Amino acid sequence: MDFATLLQMLDATVRLATPLLLACLAGLYSERAGIFDIGLEGKMLAAAFLSAAIAAVTGNVWLGLLAGIGASIVLSVVHGLASITFRGNQLISGVAINFLAAGLTVVVAQSWFKQGGRTPQLSGDGRFEPITLPFAEALRDVPIIGPIYYELISGHTPLVYVALLMVPLTWWVLYRTRFGLRLRAVGENPAAVDTAGVSVVFLRYAAVGICGILCGIAGAYLATALQAGFVKDMSAGRGYIALAALIFAKWRPWYALYACMLFGFLQAMALRPDVIERVLSFQVNGQLLDVLPYILTVIILAGFVGKAIPPRAGGEPYVKER
Amino acid sequence: MDVMPKWADVILIPLISILLAALLSALVILAIGENPWEALKLMVNGALGSTYGWGYTLYYATNFIFTGLAVSIAFHARMFNIGGEGQALVGGLGVAIICLFIPWPHWSLALIGATIGAAIFGAAWAAIPAFLQAKRGSHIVITTIMFNFIAAALLNYFLIGALKAPGMEPATPRFPEATHLPSFQDMFNFGETTLFRGAPANITFFVALAACVFLWALIWRTRLGYEIRSFGHSESAAKYAGISPTKIIMVAMLISGALAGMMAINNVQGEAERLVLNAVEGAGFIGIAVALMGRSHPFGVLLAALLFGFLYQGGAELALWTSIPRELIIVIQALVILFTGALDNMVRMPLERLFLAMRRA
Repeated sequence: MDFATLLQMLDATVRLATPLLLACLAGLYSERAGIFDIGLEGKMLAAAFLSAAIAAVTGNVWLGLLAGIGASIVLSVVHGLASITFRGNQLISGVAINFLAAGLTVVVAQSWFKQGGRTPQLSGDGRFEPITLPFAEALRDVPIIGPIYYELISGHTPLVYVALLMVPLTWWVLYRTRFGLRLRAVGENPAAVDTAGVSVVFLRYAAVGICGILCGIAGAYLATALQAGFVKDMSAGRGYIALAALIFAKWRPWYALYACMLFGFLQAMALRPDVIERVLSFQVNGQLLDVLPYILTVIILAGFVGKAIPPRAGGEPYVKER
Repeated sequence: MDVMPKWADVILIPLISILLAALLSALVILAIGENPWEALKLMVNGALGSTYGWGYTLYYATNFIFTGLAVSIAFHARMFNIGGEGQALVGGLGVAIICLFIPWPHWSLALIGATIGAAIFGAAWAAIPAFLQAKRGSHIVITTIMFNFIAAALLNYFLIGALKAPGMEPATPRFPEATHLPSFQDMFNFGETTLFRGAPANITFFVALAACVFLWALIWRTRLGYEIRSFGHSESAAKYAGISPTKIIMVAMLISGALAGMMAINNVQGEAERLVLNAVEGAGFIGIAVALMGRSHPFGVLLAALLFGFLYQGGAELALWTSIPRELIIVIQALVILFTGALDNMVRMPLERLFLAMRRA
């Protein structure tokens, strides 16, 4: 494989890993606070639809982003109500949210735009455009570093950089702030947090809310940056891959970045069977590449590659002692 | 300790949840500019107004009985099997192999063979997540979700590879004539009047009914069922009583996978008479809604499956005659899961308070 192709592949990796990373970090906040969330998929999908719809109607992608975040937060509140306030089953609530989003997006899209459950194609200000980082043009002709900077690091949409910046930010929030300490504690031992006089309910709602915002950005990225408009089921299992990455990363932010990059790379490979064939000089089955993230996750879950231990209070509704 | 009488728990709460889901669905229909009352009439007419409609309703219900029972038995052991979709897909693979490669003399033998094949394939697909849960503590929800995706890819692999029929379409060849199951049209043909004309409901419906009875007997009339239920109520108590968690997890999940796989005799052998991509069409997930609504009781599952069969067929009619897309059914399904499953306490808490107040008065 020549250098240019490698750069292309890595470039595609970054683009495809971005929604995974955002959703993965979203799940990280929620699960670290003890709220399992298999509704990442649905929240992304709802955000993708509403962001594309608003961007198409107003022609302003930033309004679209806000609307997408809003849609995702609404579903987060539903999840919060079900799993925090009414102490229901968090997994079932997540399943319900996924279906709610899968159904509602198509129903509303069909009655709104009458294009068979999709939104109109976005163009111009309705989409996030790639931004060129400073000096990218100037450094372009420097060997090795120039192309890496120009092709790989520069020239992505703003949301890609937002996603990448979220990694250190999440690390800082979780491990260096009081809020983060409490958030982690509420996922391990909510009773202790409660005894310390800190509201378990508030912390968990805050975590679920942050999860909603990040899923919203992830969904908006799908519809307004990665592609130009919403199509039915466009999240295509990314919420589940993000969940897999989260387990792979053992609920830690930096490892989440590595896991998402790995899964993004697998997705990029699946898109370029010709490159794999040239490099490995034999044909790799396309289906195998598609399901590799899932198989990897099962292997990791089985504990063959280090044990993944979830937050101890995960999935358990907190009932105050009386 | 029970605050509410049993009938309130079994009938009243599901009923209120369903009404809430229906109300919200009506609002959705209203919001997209259609008349909910007209829509309901159309659905009732299309799904229950003719034997043709009934034939479709019962066909869908058969699918949902199997997947609903599958989720139920896992629920009894306090496990959440989201993998019904994948297990049903792989069950379809079993049916296809049995029907294509064994020269069956008669459909009745083929039905028995296909049922066993579907059950074994479905159970095998559930076995790996079950084993990982029992032995290595990997969460069954995550592993079964992953296995859904892997199943879809596996099926894809076989349908464009080893089992593919000549032609463009990724599907198996048609099954031989001798494996075709009698449809309701064949069974209820009284000379002049042919009922269920052109509808896909077939003899599998009765297999599904038998599965309901079987599961009821298993759960409430056998030692194994008792062990499964006690494990579901309290793992530590079950362990103390000498019940092996590994055994219960494995057995419950194997039965669950087998039931989900058996759905394939309805949709693959009974209806399509060949295996196509995406043969399950989400029925595995509807099983979750059906099990939650039916309170994991086989009779409840039967009723809930009939309701969802009606919704499915009615939804298809809606999509045909109005501008309401089929996906409305997914919304209704989501609302049912939400209200009967996740927001159960929202309905239960005020009701309990009401009953408590009534008792004091």
